[in-house]
Amino acid sequence: MDLTQSWPERGRSAHGSRTALRRVVLSLLTAVLLALFLLFITLPVVSLFLRISPEAFLSSLTQPVVLDALSLSFVTATVSTVIVVLFGTPLALVNARRDYRGRELVDTLTDLPIVLPPAVAGLALLMAFGRRGVIGQYLDIFGIQIGFTTVAVVMAQVFVASPFYIRQARASFEAVDRLYEDAARTLGASPGTVALRITIPLAWGGLVSGAILSFARALGEFGATIMFAGNFQGKTQTMPLAIYTTMQGDMDAAISLSIILVVISFAVISAVKIVTRRRY
Amino acid sequence: MLSVHAVRHLRDYVLDITLSVRSGETLVLIGENGSGKSTVLNLISGILTPDGGEIVLGGRTLFSDKKKVAVPPENRKVGHLFQSYALFPHMTVSENVAFGLRCRKVPKAWVADAVVEQLATMHLADLADVNVGRLSGGQRQRVALARALVLEPELLLLDEPLAAVDMRAQAPMRNELHDQIRNAGIPCIVVTHTLRDALELGDRLCLIEGGRVAADGALEEVLAMRENEFIASFAGPEPHNGFMPRASTSGHSPRPPGSRPLG
Repeated sequence: MDLTQSWPERGRSAHGSRTALRRVVLSLLTAVLLALFLLFITLPVVSLFLRISPEAFLSSLTQPVVLDALSLSFVTATVSTVIVVLFGTPLALVNARRDYRGRELVDTLTDLPIVLPPAVAGLALLMAFGRRGVIGQYLDIFGIQIGFTTVAVVMAQVFVASPFYIRQARASFEAVDRLYEDAARTLGASPGTVALRITIPLAWGGLVSGAILSFARALGEFGATIMFAGNFQGKTQTMPLAIYTTMQGDMDAAISLSIILVVISFAVISAVKIVTRRRY
Repeated sequence: MLSVHAVRHLRDYVLDITLSVRSGETLVLIGENGSGKSTVLNLISGILTPDGGEIVLGGRTLFSDKKKVAVPPENRKVGHLFQSYALFPHMTVSENVAFGLRCRKVPKAWVADAVVEQLATMHLADLADVNVGRLSGGQRQRVALARALVLEPELLLLDEPLAAVDMRAQAPMRNELHDQIRNAGIPCIVVTHTLRDALELGDRLCLIEGGRVAADGALEEVLAMRENEFIASFAGPEPHNGFMPRASTSGHSPRPPGSRPLG
């Protein structure tokens, strides 16, 4: 202790060192918590890569079960994302810009699949469109069957993935300053032209990231698909279903598919970050 | 000729205004913040719809509750300059100026010619391909004006046209704006908070208070109403006896008393 200091100064300095110590302890605690959490997330993911050799991984990729699941997943997730974007964009735009009776209800309904357990979603779809479902029974008269077909896979994916796009799209549309739309109207743009040439381009980053998230959710869809579409290789067995099936016999194939999904997930997060970084 | 009678129920008061502007005349709207000046412009350009009244521009009814007419904004032929200019941030200068023409399905070659000509008139030719995010306040103002004027509107509405322009650039910009308005030869309404804008751009002054026209007349008449608190503050401490000299083209005009921004 510096004895040349006066008492109040010494008191201040003691108080200062206590504060510094508290700050160090707090930083250390935060660092430990953060490290533990990161470990909890990364360790299982890294384990996937550690439990398979590159050769086994590559040879798994040539197996029909893996190839079928890969192609089916990409086709169905792409189709379902296109459907979600086509239907979700106008819905999100209307809900962001128009005030009408029942808007809250529409919002709640479109958000519902986020909180609904996928198994419930699958059963609900089966009850509606299955062979003896509310609508399915009439479709069956005309020989149209939806349940346990590739169409059912797409429907299950649309059902669970749509809120991811619609929520993001609505937030992006709300973030567009209405002044631009007003200015466009006074310059001669019809409401449709305003939407196409002003609102959508200005909300573009958000729309793309919403579509990417929706695609990723569709790609990872499991519960609703297995309930409503079944688990038939080449027809309804998407990647998550193939992982579930192959892990009971061929662990390498299951791990290979999982690794592909991990890589896609990383790519999705990176893509969303890059896309949303662009701001006018 | 523009004649307006518009009623609109706002949150705090009922806006009920009657005003008219002749061709080639510039009416300056002044008043406290929230008095309804910008709302008047929005009602005329069609961004907001009046609850009642009638708006007629050059014999064309733009709005009438009795006749059940409400022409949408895109068909009103009204150039509306917003305070922040509202330039489309995802477009270049020339794309902004071309926007209205493209909406009107004008042939591409004509659009290109009209845009080049308008940009040259507004001294913006060098900035044609620049994204509007990189422009200064004065340049943005010119682009917004070019975007409105290229459509040859029948009425010009300017909301605080110089508010986002750097103080030093305001005098030359004001002169330029004055010339552009005069050349357009159409009725024009300018909302402003500065005496200088009123003196140099306006032919008539209209004071709006609480959504009503509190005074409407020649500049010197309205500015002489010093018993009104807002006018006294707007016109400055010295008694005002008529027009101030218009700024010279070099932009070094004497600063009129009280020409400070009020809002």
